[in-house]
Amino acid sequence: MPISGVTIFWPGLIILGVGVGIIGGFFGMGGAWMVTPGLNILGFPMAFAIGTDIAHMAGKSLISTMRHGKFGNVDYKLGMIMLVGTIVGFEAGAQMVMWLERIGNVEVVVRYLYLVLLTLIAWMVFADVAKKKRKERESIARGEEIDHLATGIEWHKTLHKIKIAPMVHFKTAGITCTAWLPIFISFLTGWIAGILGIGGGLIRMPALIYFIGCPTHVAVGTDLFEVMISGLYGAFTYTMKGRTELLAAIIMLVGAAVGAQVGTVATKYIKGYGIRIAFGLAVIGCAVSIVLKLLAKNFPVYKNIFNNTSTTLILGLVFCMSAYIFIKMVQGARAEVAAKKKSVM
Amino acid sequence: MKTLWTRISTMVLTALLVLPAVVFASGEKAAAVVIVSDTRKLEGILRWWGDLYNESHLQFSLLTILLIPLIGLLFGIIADLVMRTIGIDLGSRELSEH
Repeated sequence: MPISGVTIFWPGLIILGVGVGIIGGFFGMGGAWMVTPGLNILGFPMAFAIGTDIAHMAGKSLISTMRHGKFGNVDYKLGMIMLVGTIVGFEAGAQMVMWLERIGNVEVVVRYLYLVLLTLIAWMVFADVAKKKRKERESIARGEEIDHLATGIEWHKTLHKIKIAPMVHFKTAGITCTAWLPIFISFLTGWIAGILGIGGGLIRMPALIYFIGCPTHVAVGTDLFEVMISGLYGAFTYTMKGRTELLAAIIMLVGAAVGAQVGTVATKYIKGYGIRIAFGLAVIGCAVSIVLKLLAKNFPVYKNIFNNTSTTLILGLVFCMSAYIFIKMVQGARAEVAAKKKSVM
Repeated sequence: MKTLWTRISTMVLTALLVLPAVVFASGEKAAAVVIVSDTRKLEGILRWWGDLYNESHLQFSLLTILLIPLIGLLFGIIADLVMRTIGIDLGSRELSEH
């Protein structure tokens, strides 16, 4: 590598890029929590890990956003409103962390907070799935037809009852609500992301679904639109600080560009609840890896075991998730091509 | 439509003004050292690359944010072409939920 001077197994970067590209395009997130351990394993210097990750993330989010845009999955108006709320919230969160740091060490507190948050998100996703299943069972018991487009948790319906001017209609998302709702929610998710020091896709995607009321696909696309803008800016500033190994980012992007397309197209074949369940599993995986990191901190004797297990878990999760999404995409594409051929005949 | 574009432009400008502080504030603390590329063993484009990094971080950064979307776009288009050739409809999807 020309800047860091280290020798990297470059096919590993492409494989990692493909994996996180598929997952990012499918779930609508940057996925820094998956990339950093991967780069670490490949022997990448940590001084360059974040900048390189952000640089490749900007490119892959651009491709995913374009593809999602063509599918009609991006609500640009909602994305722009949320971007403003996210930025202000992020700033407030980051400032709060700096204030807390002056008082004492916040690292452990932040990790516990992250863990609580991930648990809540996982609970929300699986409670939603269970509620939808219950609704379906009740419909069957009443002898009614199952509404496949129905959803489980519908908190957004209560929030949409708030009628404070200005009221806004988001055409792509198909929702009308007070403009203050997305502003407040994006401020809140941005604030949490700022405190945790993460991009925030992991929080924003479920917030768009459960609080704003976006259909899953629109939540994924709109979230990626935000990741794209913040990613490009992040890439610029980190490179200005000299913390980006551009060659590594480009090599990763080669894989991520293809992976992002695969992940995005897979959303055509996997229904909204399939995406939600897979997302819930990813959140659980992320939470377990944080538990292991906390254990490594609390039990220094077993530090290496816990850290290695955490890395293996995350990389295993990336492999399994991307393989599942890829297989589903291939199956869906095969069925679509077969149906087309049949209709021609 | 014009009003919407005015609003969007205002929001983008606000974002550009506020984002630097966010990125600097939220980023991990970088070590206060200057990293220099060792170009002695490099040749050709890699040497030029390393030299550009050493000489001007601004030019290197501008090249980065230009190259990243371009390369992403290029490989994205290639993946697009492959998928279209296979016969996947890349223009529409079915409604999945309310």
